Amino acid sequence: MKTTTDTPVLETKDITKTFPGTLANSKVSIRLEQGEVLALLGENGAGKTTLMNIIYGLYDQDSGEIFLNGEPYNIRNPHDAIAAGIGMVHQHFMLVPVFTVLENIMLGAEVMKGPFLNKTQARQEILELSNRYGLEVDPDAVVEDLPVGIQQRVEILKALFRDVKILILDEPTAVLTPQEIQELFQIMRHLTESGVSIVFITHKLKEVLEIADRIVIMRRGEVVGEANPRQVSEHDLANLMVGREVSLVVDKSEAAPKGVQFEVKDLVVKDPMKGLAVNHVSFAVRAGEVLGIAGVQGNGQTELAEAMTGLRKHEGGTVWISGMETPQANPRALVEHGMAHIPEDRHKHGLILQYPLTDNFVLCTYYKEPYSKHGVRNKKAILTTAEELIKRFDVRTPSAFISAGDLSGGNQQKVIVARELSRDVSVVIANQPTRGLDVGSIEYIHKTLIRLRDEGAAVLVISSELDEIMSLSDRIAVMYRGEIVDVVDAKQTTREELGLLMAGSKS
Amino acid sequence: MEQKTPSKNNWLMTIWRTIRVPLLAILSALLVGAVILLVSGADPLKAYAALFKGAFGNANYLKRTLEKTTPLIFAGLSVTFAFKAGLFNIGAQGQLLMGAITAGFLGFAIKGLPPVLHIVLALLGGCAAGAFYGLIPGLLRSYSGAHEVITTIMLNYIAINLTDYLADGPWKDRSGTNVIARLPLIEDSARIPFFGPVPVGFIIAILIAFIIWYMLERTNFGFEINSVGLNSHASRYAGMKTKLLMTSALVVAGLLAGFGGSVETLGVVGRFQPGFNAGLGFDGITVALLGRSNPFGVILSSLLLGAMKGGANVMQFDAKVPHEIIDVIQSMMLFFVTADLVIRKLFRIIKDTGGEVTLTAGWGQK
Amino acid sequence: MTVGVMNNGKIRRRPAWASPLIFGVIVIAVAVFSFMKNPSVTEAVMSAMIRFAVPLMLGALCGIYCERAGIVNIGIEGQMLLSAFTAYMTNVWTGNLILALLAGALTGALLGYFLAVISIKLKLNQIIGGTVINILAIGITGFFYQVGMTTKGKFGPIRLGPLAKIPLVGPVLFNNPPITYIAFLMVIISHIIFFHTRWGLRTRAVGEHPRAADTLGIDVFKTRYLNTIIGGALAGLAGAFLTLEGVGTFERNMTNGRGFIALAVMIFGKWNPIGSALAALLFGLANALQTQLQFMGINIPHQFIGMIPYALTIVVVSGFIGRSRPPAAEGTPYEKE
Repeated sequence: MKTTTDTPVLETKDITKTFPGTLANSKVSIRLEQGEVLALLGENGAGKTTLMNIIYGLYDQDSGEIFLNGEPYNIRNPHDAIAAGIGMVHQHFMLVPVFTVLENIMLGAEVMKGPFLNKTQARQEILELSNRYGLEVDPDAVVEDLPVGIQQRVEILKALFRDVKILILDEPTAVLTPQEIQELFQIMRHLTESGVSIVFITHKLKEVLEIADRIVIMRRGEVVGEANPRQVSEHDLANLMVGREVSLVVDKSEAAPKGVQFEVKDLVVKDPMKGLAVNHVSFAVRAGEVLGIAGVQGNGQTELAEAMTGLRKHEGGTVWISGMETPQANPRALVEHGMAHIPEDRHKHGLILQYPLTDNFVLCTYYKEPYSKHGVRNKKAILTTAEELIKRFDVRTPSAFISAGDLSGGNQQKVIVARELSRDVSVVIANQPTRGLDVGSIEYIHKTLIRLRDEGAAVLVISSELDEIMSLSDRIAVMYRGEIVDVVDAKQTTREELGLLMAGSKS
Repeated sequence: MEQKTPSKNNWLMTIWRTIRVPLLAILSALLVGAVILLVSGADPLKAYAALFKGAFGNANYLKRTLEKTTPLIFAGLSVTFAFKAGLFNIGAQGQLLMGAITAGFLGFAIKGLPPVLHIVLALLGGCAAGAFYGLIPGLLRSYSGAHEVITTIMLNYIAINLTDYLADGPWKDRSGTNVIARLPLIEDSARIPFFGPVPVGFIIAILIAFIIWYMLERTNFGFEINSVGLNSHASRYAGMKTKLLMTSALVVAGLLAGFGGSVETLGVVGRFQPGFNAGLGFDGITVALLGRSNPFGVILSSLLLGAMKGGANVMQFDAKVPHEIIDVIQSMMLFFVTADLVIRKLFRIIKDTGGEVTLTAGWGQK
Repeated sequence: MTVGVMNNGKIRRRPAWASPLIFGVIVIAVAVFSFMKNPSVTEAVMSAMIRFAVPLMLGALCGIYCERAGIVNIGIEGQMLLSAFTAYMTNVWTGNLILALLAGALTGALLGYFLAVISIKLKLNQIIGGTVINILAIGITGFFYQVGMTTKGKFGPIRLGPLAKIPLVGPVLFNNPPITYIAFLMVIISHIIFFHTRWGLRTRAVGEHPRAADTLGIDVFKTRYLNTIIGGALAGLAGAFLTLEGVGTFERNMTNGRGFIALAVMIFGKWNPIGSALAALLFGLANALQTQLQFMGINIPHQFIGMIPYALTIVVVSGFIGRSRPPAAEGTPYEKE
């Protein structure tokens, strides 16, 4: 619903922001019109979130100006932004987990009765708002007990409670099912009809085309183009976003699968908060094929991956590699059995950031010869291996003694990939292997995974990016609420079918 | 851009970069001490001169200094070792007490053993008691998530009460007219001797420091301890038994502190007496941080603090300055060495890469 | 209140003060029973309980203010000691008890400010910050203290009119010196502040999720500074209690671990003012009984009774009786990016 007026509600002029070592925003100018959905499209690290954080007062820009309804407006902190009617739903929710919905919503905009909080009145106001916009939520529920979809509603309610005129949504769809995404779009339309203007940050092309009134594309901190969703194709957008011709499909030959090499039988993982996080899951991966596990974040994929790779105890079921049952919760035994694991969170699990690359390259094998003998480390042997891997996997680093934390995200992931895939492996478990990486690194990692498949490994890819799953996999298993709802042939399935499965409906 | 092996010059630079902040911290703390002395009407130069004389003035003074240094090295190593595993051992005090009283008990209760054997036995007993007292918070941290800062503080006070009770009850020195709470004197066979003016305990401490350094730097166990301290999740991913490692780190820390208490009892005091080493646990923290969590650094910083403690009496006598000024200076050293930001600002040092310490913050479970 | 809500029947949230309350009820029952048998002894024990409990209560409140805002404070001991000293010295110099009280509170507040600067501005490890305060307090008080100073006296009890005439309750609760009343008042006020006012809601948010608070326009740093200073003032009151109301004079290292018991009390009370007050009373009772038991010829070595608070705290933090969960952001400096 676009009502054109002469002055935009929000405008930035030549915003520049540098962080040590990176130019996050370079002379960025955008306009937001009254009542429109403006999509800000770009790869990870393109500077979208930085720009929004500047508008929201979380960062100070180095130079450039912000105008509200044509007037220059100096936003020094979120307080100023809120006062100006700007609300933001952050990618990582800004909710206090132990607070109730009510407390979270009123925090910072408390309804008072004399010196005391007036929870009764606040509750009423919240219920009114949630009725008006169809955002059903129990004000007295404790936030940490709520599913992410509902938490997002709380975030939107938080903004509405503050009477926003401009709403910034930062990657709001990452945690939602395709159906929930539709609901969110409904809410967004509802909001724009009542006069709210929305900035929608995303890197997903299809969503942009569906919901946006206008698209601004950012790359490497700069605005590289503007598009009308009715006049561009996904392909055009992708090229603009990346800055060169990209193929949206991974170049791979037909799989030639052999016997079953990795098998999970009846796996059960309990979660103290959620009950059964993994609910009697069974599947098998054959040597020479890629099995993708699709699903919306938070449907048990993390728990499944952790249980399979020994990071977490499971309450039932077994994991088999090459016909041998593996002991539970024992990552080392799995490594010895030939498993490689590219973990979901490379900073938490994959690397010890303070260690030099040398130690990180032998993180899982430091106890073996030649890296150590009788419990005493052999630093020379470790260095030799590190230097060889740096060359072979094209890790861009000045030396093997650099701390892992000093490398870029893409190079860090390469270190992990090099470490895991340079071993003699029969099973590869890659969990969100390309999250947060630039297109170049993504292509490299995809190629490496396919190469391993062709060399005869059983490859399991877990990803919440449907495009990644569809382009890498030979077969696709869909996870919903801790269960595998179906396993389909990647060549025959459609995005729509997968979407339905991800929402739990079995065809 | 290749720089495979650091050249010799580089190596010296690294040492300099590592020690300059602690050195400046010591200097700043001494300055603060001087200001306080001035305010209270004393002459700082005279006081510090007396302190120096009291620490190194003659063989006897030197002997005292080394005696004071010995338990500090152990306490500092104890805190350091736990630091490496990302744990904050505030419990060195309690572990030391448990070690001290056990060694003291074995020292007087066993009779007729040959000297070396008796010493070894009493030391082993003290180490075991300390290790056990480190095992408790270790297990609690690993298996119930109770934060070691809290549990070790609490265990300190339990140890104080327990040793008090033993020294005033079942193990009390009932000889002659004694009324105070203490254990009987240890047998001569349990006494750790001197090597000239140098207490043998001091030599043992240096040796242990070297062993700890080797363990942390060169062995797989040390690698695992360091890994757990820096990132316990990644360590588990790498197949290390993180819970066991955290527990063993506190066991080793407890053992070291217990060792220190035993050496103190068998080599210096000659009996267990409640309160004789109050505050050593906190001294261990100072020494560890001042020593940049490096075993050799711990030796140096222990010598410094030991000299201050050893010289305090002479300072009190010669310059009429209460010895508590040492505590003030010590707290300032601790402040400045951790507040390296302040130091860097004061002395305009831009970048520093020397010995970083990673600590877990707060006592949130997990 | 967030705690105490039943949720979908899935997670039971027990109120923070539940376990101390159970103990409290038992204590009252025992007290009433023994009062009927032996009024004067019971009264003495109860009064001693209050005397032991007050500094713990104030110390624990200090911990609660700091930690609810996300600052770990293990320097309560040092704050108490130095405040006890300045309160005492002010009393020696001026003979004015009110001034002495203010001096104590001010000293605590200043040390609170020091801890706040260490933790917020310098972003140092807060446990080391607390340790610095503890060693510093021992050093300064020891350095400046001289034996043989005299004061003109200490705070005497103030009878609260007819309330003081109620049997047992009157003499125990309503015939106390001023800092005792202040302590009880502060417990109630703090409870209201934390759970029924804007300041409390924001403080708790800052201690749990500072970034969330920041995005809502709440000044994280200011909130942390103020709470740490308020907490320090309360620890200062605890110190002043020792020299102006309890002992009446200063001794070297006279806090003798009370600051750490206060920490234990805070955890036992699950970071909740009323829960902590009850826990303080419980620990106070254990201490009071110890003296009494000796009179009665029951000889439990006092060291064992002395261990109780510490042992109980270990049991509580280990989750053996109901897990107590500290504020999530505790101990971590907030980076504005």
